Amino acid sequence: MTVNPSGWRPTTPANEQGSAGTVTGNRALQLEEPLLFERGRLDQTGVDLPDTKVSGGRLGGLERNRDIGLPGLSEPEAVRHYTRLSRQNYAIDLGLFPLGSCTMKHNPRLNEKVARMPGFADVHPMQPQETVQGALQVINELAFWLLDLTGMHGVAMSPKAGAHGELCGLLCIRAALEARGDKREVVLVPESAHGTNPATAAFAGYRVESIPANKAGRVDLEALKARLGPDVAAVMITNPNTCGLFEPDMIAISDAVHAAGAFVYCDGANFNAIVGKVRPGDLGIDAMHINLHKTFSTPHGGGGPGSGPVVVSEALAPYGPLPFAAKMPDGTYKLVEEESAAEMHPESFGRMTAFHGQMGMFTRALAYILSHGADGLRQVAEDSVLNANYVLRSLEDVLDAPFAKSGPCMHEAIFSDRGFGEGLSTIDLAKALIDEGFHPMTMYFPLVVHGAMLIEPTETESKAALDQFIAAMRSIAERAKSGDQSLKAAPIYAPRRRLDETLAARKPVLVYREPAQAEAAE
Amino acid sequence: MRYLPLSDSDRSQMLHAVGAKSIDDLFVDVPKAARLDGVIEHLPLHASELAVERHMGALAKKNMVAGEVPFFLGCGAYRHHVPASVDHIIQRGEFLTSYTPYQPEIAQGTLQMMFEFQTQVARLYGCDIANASMYDGSTACWEAILMASRITRRDKAILSSGLHPHYVSVCNTMAKFTGDELKTSAPTLSAETDAEKIIAAIDDATSAVVVQYPDILGRITDLAPIAEAAHAKGALLIAVVTEPVALGLIRSPGEMGADIVVGEGQSIGVGLQFGGPYVGLFACAEKFVRQMPGRLAGETVDAEGKRGFVLTLSTREQHIRREKATSNICTSSVLCALAFTGHLTLLGEKGLRQLASLNHARACEVADRLSAIPGVSLVNDSFFNEFTLRLPVEARPAVHAMVEKGVLGGVSLGRLYPDSADLANGLVLAVTETVTDEDIDALEAALKEVCA
Repeated sequence: MTVNPSGWRPTTPANEQGSAGTVTGNRALQLEEPLLFERGRLDQTGVDLPDTKVSGGRLGGLERNRDIGLPGLSEPEAVRHYTRLSRQNYAIDLGLFPLGSCTMKHNPRLNEKVARMPGFADVHPMQPQETVQGALQVINELAFWLLDLTGMHGVAMSPKAGAHGELCGLLCIRAALEARGDKREVVLVPESAHGTNPATAAFAGYRVESIPANKAGRVDLEALKARLGPDVAAVMITNPNTCGLFEPDMIAISDAVHAAGAFVYCDGANFNAIVGKVRPGDLGIDAMHINLHKTFSTPHGGGGPGSGPVVVSEALAPYGPLPFAAKMPDGTYKLVEEESAAEMHPESFGRMTAFHGQMGMFTRALAYILSHGADGLRQVAEDSVLNANYVLRSLEDVLDAPFAKSGPCMHEAIFSDRGFGEGLSTIDLAKALIDEGFHPMTMYFPLVVHGAMLIEPTETESKAALDQFIAAMRSIAERAKSGDQSLKAAPIYAPRRRLDETLAARKPVLVYREPAQAEAAE
Repeated sequence: MRYLPLSDSDRSQMLHAVGAKSIDDLFVDVPKAARLDGVIEHLPLHASELAVERHMGALAKKNMVAGEVPFFLGCGAYRHHVPASVDHIIQRGEFLTSYTPYQPEIAQGTLQMMFEFQTQVARLYGCDIANASMYDGSTACWEAILMASRITRRDKAILSSGLHPHYVSVCNTMAKFTGDELKTSAPTLSAETDAEKIIAAIDDATSAVVVQYPDILGRITDLAPIAEAAHAKGALLIAVVTEPVALGLIRSPGEMGADIVVGEGQSIGVGLQFGGPYVGLFACAEKFVRQMPGRLAGETVDAEGKRGFVLTLSTREQHIRREKATSNICTSSVLCALAFTGHLTLLGEKGLRQLASLNHARACEVADRLSAIPGVSLVNDSFFNEFTLRLPVEARPAVHAMVEKGVLGGVSLGRLYPDSADLANGLVLAVTETVTDEDIDALEAALKEVCA
């Protein structure tokens, strides 16, 4: 197979708009980059490996007998390829990234340095335990601080991301119910919840029922109480919720749920708003995952990896997953796996992932917690809430803010597209924001608000950055209200204009095929 | 508090602007009973960069670093040399600190990279398409079993005895809750795989057969007859690859008829990291795309007709389909996927083949030398860079005894299968290009002593 026989070619034709056009498709520092498969060659490599003669015959007769089709690049070409690609991305290092409920804040580089220490980065998960005492101590120390900050009883460190943590929490609940011979089938989820909540409940074998929000953007306590019964296993709540509000009835909700013999799961995605101010254990919560990457700032890297430890109440602690790191009476650390489970953790529901969780995230989160300390973490919550309220109050006169009268918001503020001119909606405002040099807010979520815009500035934004963002928002909001149809053309200055998502879904092209191959496939 | 830019005067100006007297006015909705007003017990106050670095450095020093000693561990996580430019690429702030590409116009870098990654994974596995990654190999394996259940509308899967026991453990945990039925067994310390037994067990109720390639003892199974037998009964073949470098030298599972191929991508570009974060790979036949879990990047055009990339087929995903989604997975290991694709791009076809050859040659050399030790024998007829020895003594204490001599000499099957007496003398060793002649000498000397 030959890959790219014609050599380099621009991915897009030179712009036809007269003087604006260039031969390469590049525009000064705005650079086009062909696909790796159009640039690379099968006989090109960017690594120098020693030559080898294979002593064959040990591959079970299954030697590869055709090309894989993996083009290579030399080291300078590869560095340039990825550097050029990186420049097509917006990132928190470039500016405000106000995605509500996603929490994009500054990524401290100390954390990166720590995670790359060879004692953490170059250690195998199956090394004998006496050779990894420091790594096990990191897990144990971080677990201690998570329990301290949440006021809970036990913690499962192995879940790989927030949604995996939700699953872990629900499996603990299911195991606890089964241990008392209680077969319950339903999980109640507020309609404002993240889509992962109902998906997780279904994944754990439950039927999902929705509970409505009241006019103030909170869980309708009476509707919830009315639905509770002997078939309900758990209620999944997000607090602070996805309308950016704290659930003031949280203790009453927990009491009602417990009285009905069920458990309270809290989606901890928004823990950064209350860390150091409120301990979820004091709210009666039985299980809550903590997105380490959100609250304790580890890199999101284009959407992952995450890390989702789950803190649990005394009632659920016996059922948590394997393996886990335990401190022994003699001061050493032990990894409790299936083998020692019968003795040390007999009611565990089992293993959820091959190894012990996201170690590379644990080191970062621990460094973050120690850097902030007790005073800094409380300041994190206070500044994130102050910044969000500042945005809410600075925009409520130009944008509809459905819950502005419900009181202060927590770490995120919600607006809607009500009052926009004919044919204009949230997406148009968002795309115009791109032209102003900002990443847009979360759009059309939560579903309980029409044309929702969920803005989370986070605590790592300065007042100056917020003022600039607010000025841009005000200007675009006014254009939207006046029916300025030019918003439909936005973005104009981004590396790409609006992309055709319908086409992508109708005729999915998910891998590159050489032009001849692609034609043959048609 | 170097990460917080607001000054006290900013804070008071902003409080004034929002009409609050103090910060606590903004926390009025928190019930008094649940306020944490006093000191936070135990937790010290904020610390300087130097102090934190020192604390973490001290913890790091308590571990035995793989690269500083003779090192021969595998079993699902492998140590390869990662070119310096790979870490440089993933540390570029525009990759490191971006988010899920929800706004494709300003996320083309991540989206194009995902598209390239999908193409590389699909080609490596010999499948039509691949997704943009999963948490790790073990969760990808379970998701593949669920996907096969959705496709075949059956819920009985057969797991080969060569499948990594931790992967089996994950599947067993999950199956308890979904009601899927899994048929599993432990391997025997033999060159024979369980291919024939598996084929005999396939029936009309089987949803999928899951086979690891190479398997936990390092053996390489011909998947074609298993695929044929599975297809004849309307079942799917799921192949699990924990060491993707092997595919530089051996036939891809897709070529041999696997319907879904999943695995761990850690060994290309991502370090050992004591078990995570890793990167799950997931590929399948194109006709199954709508049953596939996870994120997908797809090609499209923008309003000016320029080629561009977007997240696509999100109607399978939890944020649209909620409880009817194909999976609750909402993220992917994009940064690890970037390390994988960056390393694979540097290798290219030529480099991957050479790396694979180097691994195999080195492993053959070590297998021959160690099996010449009196009482030690090689279990495998076939292997790539990982093989199993039968020792004259129990392997588990032998591993600890080798640590005393400064050698990390493999994983004992006793640790992986504590309940099986048959496997207690089995030692699994991985030999990659990072192993030096001196390392091999040290391993040989240490093993001789512990077996004597």
